[in-house]
Amino acid sequence: MVDKLLGKRTAVETNGHLPEAGLITDARAIAATRGTAWQAVQLARDPKRPHAQDVIAGAFDRFQELHGDRLFRDDPAVIGGIAEIDGLYVVVVGQQKGSSTEENIARNFGMPHPEGYRKAIRLYRLAEKFHLPLITLIDTPGAFPGPEAEERGQAEAIARSIEAMTRLATPVVVVVLGEGGSGGALALGVGDVVLALENAVYSVISPEGAAAILFRSNAEAQRAASALRLAGPDLLELGIVDALIPEPPGGAQTDHAATAKAVRAALTSELERLSRVPTADLLSARYERFRAIGVVVEPSAGQAPPKKEPWWRRGIGKVRL
Amino acid sequence: MLFNKQLVRNLNVCTSCEHHFRFGGRERIELLVDRGSFEEHDSEMTSADPLVFADSKPYPTRIEAARAKSGEQDAVITGFALIGEVPTAIASMDFDFIGGSMGSVVGEKITRVAERALAERRPLVIVSASGGARMQEGTIALMQMAKIVAALGRLADAGLPFVSVLTDPTTGGVLASYASLGDLIVAEPGALIGFSGARVTDQTIGEKLPTGFQRSEFVLQHGFIDQIVPRAQLRDRLAFFLTAFRPVAHDMRWSL
Repeated sequence: MVDKLLGKRTAVETNGHLPEAGLITDARAIAATRGTAWQAVQLARDPKRPHAQDVIAGAFDRFQELHGDRLFRDDPAVIGGIAEIDGLYVVVVGQQKGSSTEENIARNFGMPHPEGYRKAIRLYRLAEKFHLPLITLIDTPGAFPGPEAEERGQAEAIARSIEAMTRLATPVVVVVLGEGGSGGALALGVGDVVLALENAVYSVISPEGAAAILFRSNAEAQRAASALRLAGPDLLELGIVDALIPEPPGGAQTDHAATAKAVRAALTSELERLSRVPTADLLSARYERFRAIGVVVEPSAGQAPPKKEPWWRRGIGKVRL
Repeated sequence: MLFNKQLVRNLNVCTSCEHHFRFGGRERIELLVDRGSFEEHDSEMTSADPLVFADSKPYPTRIEAARAKSGEQDAVITGFALIGEVPTAIASMDFDFIGGSMGSVVGEKITRVAERALAERRPLVIVSASGGARMQEGTIALMQMAKIVAALGRLADAGLPFVSVLTDPTTGGVLASYASLGDLIVAEPGALIGFSGARVTDQTIGEKLPTGFQRSEFVLQHGFIDQIVPRAQLRDRLAFFLTAFRPVAHDMRWSL
């Protein structure tokens, strides 16, 4: 029904490419095996799930990390650098969660501060300058909401990051690895192709947050999770992501190597395809990709607006009434 | 004591303490544009229910209630107008409509007005008053941020000015996208301006935010806005800026 409302087109057609081997481009294909929305949230948040570093280590041949935003400090919640994949050099930027409590504290649970986004922007510019494709890996509960983040302009940093990505003159591939938490995720989420791991989630608000606002109770998070339609197959249906990267049976946490391999396969095929598109076409296609998202009702769409009558005729009309 | 009539006559600003009470989206346009020059666009556009959102109250019912409460079709009014005789594109948000939240309609209307501004080479003014993205439209609402920002990028590439006016409140996804990207950003006194609501901060890190935090004055002090402008002076200030930035025909620019 949503497809009808959106007036489109499955994700496959949107991007003008055929379904790649190994990628899920039709939600119906995995309808039988999909769990509940809440299960997806749990899987996406599993601390044993491969995080950005694991995926980078497994999917790329070489990686050199780069640090700092050149303005304030190095944010450990965002990692980035230059990597090599199949003889092709790329810039990778990702949000990094920890797999243990200590690591999570060091990484601020994958919640970036403004300097994290400014580091990301610096790396985007680097990619653009040297014509390297950009790959971003999303895995965050959201941008850090603390007072110091506010003081340093969290909103501004996110806005600038989104702005930079919409106009970056180089191919951009986005992969949602785990949790895609609202604006903090979207700051890394504007690409020519947006992929997600099968059990990843992407949402405008955390299910707990939605439950607290809508049902005035944290306990209703499960209900909120299904209402928000944040799981992979939903995102595919809504056209938010273009394809899902299949995870090993049982979820990505069971086999990091296999997950990284699937990510690698997806990235190579997407990069190969995007590298053949001229930059100007890439930018206009990226614009149109996001331009098309949204569902509105217009009673008189396509009709010319009524002609404005001269004042004296309007006056006569009123008298007749 | 403050009488209602006094308050309305004083543009919803307290006559003794200068407190700026909230102001509707349509009144805002009346306040800012040259009299009779406003020409509204897409006034009939309304929200669909793309997620068939299951909530304590169905989303269409909420929209119906918001429509009755605010008298608007959605949380933004867009169109063309003259401000200080400069032909301008303007978008004004209405907080009374589901907290001014940004869903598909807000995204589409602002994107369209930005695209029309680009086509007619007009500057763009967006007056924000919003709690952020509209939860009931899920990720689709989130993507409106990227959609609007992309349209603003084209405006910037064409050398057209964008002035962002922040009013009480401008938070969440709206501040984290177009509201922060103005060539100039001005705010009303005492407006709540911040990324995350106090409730979210409290829930996530268990810290209470100090008072006066996330107010216009705080944001000005930290360097994220250009000016704080009292409501009564807003129109003249915008007219000044827009006249200064008045787009010049491309071939007249000596740099080209």
